[in-house]
Amino acid sequence: MRVALMVTCINDALYPSTGQAVVRLLRRLGVEVEFPQAQTCCGQPMVNTGYLDEAVPVLRTFVDAFAGYDAVVTPSGSCAGSARHQHSIVAGRSGDEALQEAVAKLAPNVYELSEFLVDVLGVTDVGAYYPHRVTYHPTCHSLRMLGVGNRPQRLLEAVRGIRLVDLPGADQCCGFGGTFAVKNADTSIAMGADKARHIRETGAEIVVAGDNSCLTHIGGVLSRQRSGVRTVHLAEILASTEDSAVAEVTR
Amino acid sequence: MPDARTEILARVREALVGSAIDPVQTVAPRAATPVATRELVDLFAERVADYRAVVERCSAEDLEDRIAAALPAGQVIVPPGLSLRVPDAIVDDGTLTAAELDLIAAVVTEARVGIAETGTIVLDHTPDQGRRAISLVPDTHICIVREDQVVADVPEAIALLDPARPQTWISGPSATSDIELDRVEGVHGPRTLHVLITPPRDVTS
Amino acid sequence: MSGTFVGMPAFPEAAREALTDSQLRHNLAHATSTIRAKRAKVVAEVPDWEELRLAGAAVKERALLDLETQLVRLEETLTANGATVHWARDAAEANAIVAGIAKAHAATEVVKVKSMVTQEIGLNEALAEEGIAAWETDLAELIVQLGDDLPSHILVPAIHRNRAEIRDIFRSKMGAAGRPAPDDLTDEPAVLAAAAREHLREKFLRAKVGVSGANFAVAETGTLVVVESEGNGRMCLTLPEVLVSVVGIEKVVSRWEDLDPMLRLLPRSSTGERMNPYTSMWSGIAPGDGPQEVHVVLLDNGRTRALADEVGRQALRCIRCSACLNVCPVYERTGGHAYGSVYPGPIGAILNPLLKGVGHDEQTDSLPYASTLCGACFEVCPVRIDIPSVLVDQRAQVVDAHRGGVPKPEAMAMKGAAYVLGRSRRLSAVERLTGIGMRFARRFGPTAWTGARDLPDAPGESFRDWWLRTDGGRTDGGRNDDQKG
Ligand code: SF4
Repeated sequence: MRVALMVTCINDALYPSTGQAVVRLLRRLGVEVEFPQAQTCCGQPMVNTGYLDEAVPVLRTFVDAFAGYDAVVTPSGSCAGSARHQHSIVAGRSGDEALQEAVAKLAPNVYELSEFLVDVLGVTDVGAYYPHRVTYHPTCHSLRMLGVGNRPQRLLEAVRGIRLVDLPGADQCCGFGGTFAVKNADTSIAMGADKARHIRETGAEIVVAGDNSCLTHIGGVLSRQRSGVRTVHLAEILASTEDSAVAEVTR
Repeated sequence: MPDARTEILARVREALVGSAIDPVQTVAPRAATPVATRELVDLFAERVADYRAVVERCSAEDLEDRIAAALPAGQVIVPPGLSLRVPDAIVDDGTLTAAELDLIAAVVTEARVGIAETGTIVLDHTPDQGRRAISLVPDTHICIVREDQVVADVPEAIALLDPARPQTWISGPSATSDIELDRVEGVHGPRTLHVLITPPRDVTS
Repeated sequence: MSGTFVGMPAFPEAAREALTDSQLRHNLAHATSTIRAKRAKVVAEVPDWEELRLAGAAVKERALLDLETQLVRLEETLTANGATVHWARDAAEANAIVAGIAKAHAATEVVKVKSMVTQEIGLNEALAEEGIAAWETDLAELIVQLGDDLPSHILVPAIHRNRAEIRDIFRSKMGAAGRPAPDDLTDEPAVLAAAAREHLREKFLRAKVGVSGANFAVAETGTLVVVESEGNGRMCLTLPEVLVSVVGIEKVVSRWEDLDPMLRLLPRSSTGERMNPYTSMWSGIAPGDGPQEVHVVLLDNGRTRALADEVGRQALRCIRCSACLNVCPVYERTGGHAYGSVYPGPIGAILNPLLKGVGHDEQTDSLPYASTLCGACFEVCPVRIDIPSVLVDQRAQVVDAHRGGVPKPEAMAMKGAAYVLGRSRRLSAVERLTGIGMRFARRFGPTAWTGARDLPDAPGESFRDWWLRTDGGRTDGGRNDDQKG
């Protein structure tokens, strides 16, 4: 099985540690991912803002980069959702039948990380160790667009040392919403503030989610509130082991 | 300028050019409810009571006494075809105005169908139930439902009902959720709904 | 990204103002969480809820895709049942028809059942111009009308008001409109409801003309259906001599039995009840029972425009249950007024642009952006309207309507992004500037992003560069997990 890592543009530029965690985690589980250097972005920022024509060249790049892989795994529910549900719309817009065909072939092979682990690799215990009090925020796209269900929780529950605490109002959107966060900044922040309040109520040190875009927003609010709660991507918790925990403490 | 009808229909036609009608006839699933009549009636009684209606079950012989006991002070009106006698009741002849009906305290009617799953009573305003206004304006509605009129769910009721007749589906007394989305009973419709469930007419002896 | 975006002013500005009203936010949070819990409980009772939703969607979809036949059939059956059918292309035509009927009976007032469509066409204002008073009789509508306010919710137009505010409105305003509120009025919901009962009763008893909408219109049988709770609907539909119902052409269902899934879906989705207290059905005139003159106004007012939109068409399936409003995290915080329409919330964010068309006014163009695309609305919609997909499609239509001419900064940013993201080489070059960009953003003072949120620290190198430098971590000696700040 040839597996490609779709790291996503935001992880590539801002959160390389998340991509590195996926590589480490999958390597530990015996999967050597490849990183197609031609990849850029899934095109979602354009599609969700209404710029379909602008998304076409981005989609072509995406298809060129990932065609031929048996599975494309990504640490983002939102980008996986974009590939699975929106690429066909963009391809339709292009009027290019070859592109439409390529998308139809590629889309079902795109997996969000927890789906890939649970459904494709069939594991829930990935051998991780993470001695922290953690609360999980299910992101909207992973929950409702992809339907990842409780896969992330099952993976987290199997982590040694972790203390998972329930997040009140967990299924409520954090208010990020891509360009919504700037177009409707006031509403976005009001939602983020409520999410941050619920997170603080749990007494967790760490809030975990499967999407760094939502975590940027949540973390931005938490940090401004000097809450002391950190945001960590699911991949990084799952990649942690006793060795890396020691490394973290001594650093 | 074409008339509105012609133009709207033309716009509709144009809007749908190239769209085929979905050939799939999806059948709505049935509501899961018990089948035995006994259980159906139990469920019906329970669900009507959930709406804070008064629900009583009684034999045919007891019916008139129960009605008498349920009647508030004041005048009572009955539809012309009510199958039992209510002493001192005004029998509606269709001439009382709304304002006159407003002076009447209670109404006694029968019903067409009871729906167990939702606790709904359907009136179709035949002579045993009367015209719509008499079961609306008085503040107390005493409604007699026979056990054999209770069906399991909405699809069964729909299949039994005659669309040509005016209908009133009643689920509990008048209520509103308009203040802070909290349900409060008692606005414009009858504030007291008193349901009497009796055995089928033909098996009583 | 910053600067003026397409459709920026309207919703965002209205929302900003609403967000500062802490009483409003408290009222909304309380009301929506109450109704969400009720809905969830009664929906969980139905084991085949998903199939029921499919059936409900299919009923509406079939009628819409066959609309011409269904409308003609509805006209036939209504006429055969003794009703008079009118057609109205737009609000002005519909209002003129209703006013004409009232005037023909020398009526100076009409009693109204709560109806979205008559609000959409501004019927009350149009009647007022003709010297006819239109009395709203639904409790929430009464609160809005007396308070000279605007509706903010489909089901409960006064959802933004709490009990104390309602008491104050009743105390100060009821007298001018008829029977005043009693002196000992408290803010107990039951007491407030009783005051509304007393106030409206005299209006019901004397009204000659009733005005309603309809939740459903059955083409096969010529039956109109009104779903309600308080009994004000029954009053308006039963007591007047003349009844006029304004019905959007999308309200039609083909067959009598099509009412089944709809009547099961609507109350559970709407008020969170197994069944609403009252549902009235009438097929034209019933001799000796209720109004003996019955009119039906079939209204387009943009519906055929929406019907022509292949993606957006599904919005016409809407049965106005308001479940999508109640679960919407944006609506919960901004309330309904921010949407600038009688149709607020997620459905309003798609229905308004579909009915009116985009590219004409900023307010309408801003609505498809008033969502995070979280998908909660689609999840609860009883007729499975994929609101997020329609929102995205409407956004594309907004953008397309503004193509040509001088591009807005957002359009230039998107074009720039498309250029950069079209080739990994270009992206890689830009990524090396990320750190500078972030530092710049921080120094730049409060922007849309940084007003109340911090930015993350920029990493030393991009993932892409790390992969190249370390051969995918194989030569990295384990120092690859300490990047995150
Ligand atoms: S869109 Fe769906 S959920 Fe929203 S009001 Fe309409 S029917 Fe209800």
